[in-house]
Order: sequence, then structure tokens, then C-alpha cells
Amino acid sequence: MNLSRRENLTGRVFLIVLVVVTLLPFVSMLSAALQPRGTVPSGLAWPSDPQWGNFADAFTVANMGALLRSSLLIVAGVVPVSVLIATMAGFGLGQLRVPGGRIVFGLLLLGLTLPFEAVVTPLYYQMQDLGLLNTRWAIILPLIGLYMPFAVFWMRAHFSNVPVELSEAARVDGSSTWQLFWRVQVPLAKPAIASLTILMFLWTWNQFLLAIVLVDDPAKRTMAGALGAFQGQWGTDLVLLCAGSLLILTPTLIVFLIFQRQFIKALIQGSLKG
Amino acid sequence: MTSAFGSAPAGRGDPVATPARPTRPSAARAHRKRWARAGGTGWLFVLPAVVMYAAFVLRPLVLTIQYSFYNWNGIGVARWAGLDNYLTVFTDSDLLKIIGNALVLIVFFSFVPVALGLLVASLVRRITTGAFGTVVRTVLFLPQVIPLVAAGIAWSWLLSTNGLINQVLRAVGLGGVARAWLGDFDTALPAVGVIGAWVLLGLCTILLVTGMSKIDPALYEAARLDGAGPIREFFAVTLPSLRQEIGVCLTVTIIAALASFDIVYISTSGGPGLQTTVPGLEIYRLAFSQRQVGLASALAVVLMLLVLLCVLPIQRLTRGDKS
Repeated sequence: MNLSRRENLTGRVFLIVLVVVTLLPFVSMLSAALQPRGTVPSGLAWPSDPQWGNFADAFTVANMGALLRSSLLIVAGVVPVSVLIATMAGFGLGQLRVPGGRIVFGLLLLGLTLPFEAVVTPLYYQMQDLGLLNTRWAIILPLIGLYMPFAVFWMRAHFSNVPVELSEAARVDGSSTWQLFWRVQVPLAKPAIASLTILMFLWTWNQFLLAIVLVDDPAKRTMAGALGAFQGQWGTDLVLLCAGSLLILTPTLIVFLIFQRQFIKALIQGSLKG
Repeated sequence: MTSAFGSAPAGRGDPVATPARPTRPSAARAHRKRWARAGGTGWLFVLPAVVMYAAFVLRPLVLTIQYSFYNWNGIGVARWAGLDNYLTVFTDSDLLKIIGNALVLIVFFSFVPVALGLLVASLVRRITTGAFGTVVRTVLFLPQVIPLVAAGIAWSWLLSTNGLINQVLRAVGLGGVARAWLGDFDTALPAVGVIGAWVLLGLCTILLVTGMSKIDPALYEAARLDGAGPIREFFAVTLPSLRQEIGVCLTVTIIAALASFDIVYISTSGGPGLQTTVPGLEIYRLAFSQRQVGLASALAVVLMLLVLLCVLPIQRLTRGDKS
């Protein structure tokens, strides 16, 4: 199989080129972030005297402590609730097959391809009427709603594949639907729930549009929204901008590297199931 | 990159919850009883999700459609406008150009990553499971994990006058073509496209290579025995077998292109002129800077329909045999 070995080699070379191209922007940012403040860095040049202190400056200037707290609060508001109510709905639609479930499911499918831009204007006025504009609730509540199509779809797909006999058996034992859900179904659904949690976390952390439209104060936004404001303010100070951007993406990178395997699995399944 | 997912594989292998034909009376009674029970308690399970969805998606969606028939500055009294806003969307040369920009981005966001991904996939067949494979997968997924805003900032720097791209060009003696890529009238839109291609390339490659590794090697051997060269092999075996994966890649990336916002907002703010303005950005501007809520909403409705128009045929084509 000489031919296929040579093909594989070419393929590997391609992959390595892809890897390098993927990494270059990060490396270039790092090299800029380490230049002395006030200089004009060039594309990729390792500084003779790396200024690691730039990161500390960026941390203070970007108010990173407050940003991390804000993003965590938003994630804490969005992810557990979304996952819980989507799991319940997935169970209701996929296992209990409530009457009228098909209509509900059809309505949810409508939302699967919906660009957020299509609803952001009314959401602004809705949040204004509720008096929630410029609070984290203005990001949290709409995000939960906007995640429902995918999340319910995801959990329903799982529950439709769980044999109904399982529920029947629990019923015979006299458990209520609620007990059945928590004691039998949720433990079985753990892998699906874990992947969903990872995706929701990622999407919330990186949410930009809702953050800049609904919340003026960068310290009450998501990380991505805050980064937008940081660029607006420090766009001309390239060294600081690069240092700040790298800092802002570090938390996601750390979480990604820790849960790498699950992340990749979730992303692959997430797009394939869609 | 949310909601970047196409429609459902309808009722894939649904175990039928109720026995299809309850013949014995007792079974029928149990059947009815269960339905009653499922109907009551079952709805309590579904309700919270439906309430959130209705309140924060369906209601705004209906409002967007309603706004689109009015002239409204967001504060004063709205005046009925009939189809005027839609007429503007389809006749105003600026707005048409903006919609055209989004269509051009599809080339970069979708076709480039899918084509390159297919090339790599057909060459590698499978990424080895060892350390090499892990590193490749991890790195290629990085752009999916970081905020698009960060990708925008990184690439604005790479494509700037002193950035890496120009540095490389000067080093190889092509200093003449060096320019501020995102600021140049002719190159701004393709430059934005390159950023999108970078973000989506890894995802497409991994999806396609994963799909590739599921193809039965016997198919290739059969093709070889028939005397097929690598190119015929690609069209006869690889392409048809990867139909579903290609469909997924196209769906995800086309939605990303049409609904793009973050990257453009950060890297060019839609400039120079309107060269890189996309519908998402224009909706934001019309609604919140120019206070033309009606027109913004009409554009939003058109964008929504455009997404469906592009995505639904792909779903039909790639899933046709499964549903």
C-alpha cells in the first residue's frame, strides 16, 4: 500500500500547515503583546526584552477581575436553568410524548436557524419595558430562550432513544413521573447533559451581540462583550490591546484544554445532530 | 455561533411510545390512562422551556414582523407603512449591496473551508489516534472556542500595515502588494472573508475527516479494482459517502456567513464605505443609531428568510434518503 502511505504523508503535511496557520494569529498577538509599551510592533518578532508586565497592566486596565465575575454570573444565570428546563422538555417530548408535542417541537425547530439579529431590536424594547436594560438579566433571560431550540432538540434526541420499557418498569414500581425523571432518566442522560452544558457555557461566554446591545456597562457584560469595549478604548495601543485580548481569551482556553476531549465531542455531535 | 444548526432528522428511529394497535381492551385502557397522565404531568415538564422560548424568541419574532410594517423611531408614535420598508430593502442600492456582501462572504465562510476540508479529508482519511491526532484536533478547534471578537482583533492585527501578512510579503519581495488589507476598498471584504475561513476551517476539516474515517475501506478497494484513479475515487466514493457531513458543514458555515456580525463589527465596522457592511451590522445600526426600527426589522425579516432559503434546500439534499 505504497500509494496510500504517500497520500497519508501529503495529508499529514497539509494538516501540519493547517495547524501552523491556525496558531499564527495567536503567536503574532503574543509577540506584539510582549513589545515595550508605546512602540509600534511588527508582525512577528520576538522582543529582545519581553515585557511580561504588559499583561499585568492589561489586567488592571481591562478590569479583568470584574469582567471574570460578570461573565461567571451570567453563565451561572443561563447555563443551569437552560440545561434543566431543556432536559425536562426533552423528556416530556421524547419520552412522555405529550399531546400536542409535535406542534411544540415544530415551533422550536423554527428557532434553530434564527439569527439573533432578527430578534435583538424587539428584545431591546422588551428589556426596557421590564426595566432590565443594562442589567445582567437583560442578557441572561433572552439567552435562555434563544438556546431552547437547540437544547430541547438535543435532549429530545437523547430521550427518544431511551426505550419506553424503562419508564414502564419504573411506573410499575409505583414511582411518580417526577421521581422517574430524577431517579431513572436524568442519571442515564448524563453524557448528553454534559455535552449540552459545555456548549451552553461556551456560547454564553462568547456572546457578543446581546451584550453590546442590551448592556452599556462593559463590567456587566460577557467576556466577549467586554473585549469589544476594550478594543474601542485601547484600539490604538496595539501592545496593550494584544495583551488584553490574550488575557480575555485565556479562561476559555484553560477550560477548553481541561475538558478538551468532551469539548470536541460535544462540538462534533452538536453540529452533526443539528 | 449559536443556533447554527439546521433542521431536524425528523423522528429519527423514534421508539413508538404507545403500542401501535392496542387490540385488547385492557391495553387500550392502559394506553388511554397513560396518555391522560402524560398529558397532565407531561406538560408541566415541557412548559418552562416553552414559556422562555415564547417570551424571548417567539414574542420578539412576531414584534420584528410587526415593526417591519411601520415607520418608527423607537420613541414616538409608529406610523403604518405597509410594504414600504420591504420595498426599500429590495430597491435601495446600499441595502442591496449589503445583502450582496453577505452572499460574497458565503464563498469564504463556506466554500473555502469545505473545499479545503474535503481535500485534507481525502488525503488523510483518518487522523491517527496518537499524540499527533490529539494535537491536530485540539489546535484546529481553537478558533471555535475563542470568542469571534478575539479572532477579529487578532486578524485585524495580522492584516494591518505592519502586520504579519505584509511582513511575509515584504520578505519574499512582494512588498508592492502590501497594504492595509482591511482598509483597502478592494481587499476589505475578501480580508474579512479570510477571517471567517480561518474560524471555520478547523471545524469543517475535523467533521469531514471524522466522517471519512467511517467510510468502509472496501469501497475504496472496489473502486481501485475497477481501475479508478484518485480523482474518480473522490467523486465516486468520498463525496457521496460524506453527503451528510458536507451538508452539516455547509449549513453551519452559511448561517455563520449570512448572520455574521462579531467579526465585521470588530475588524472593519463595515468600512471602508459600505464595502464590508453585512445585514447583521446594518440592522444594528438602523435600529440603534439611525432609529429606523421599521426598516431594520424589514431587513431582519429578509435576513431570516434568506437563511432559510439557503439552508432548507441543503437539508433536503443531504438528508433526503434518511427521513
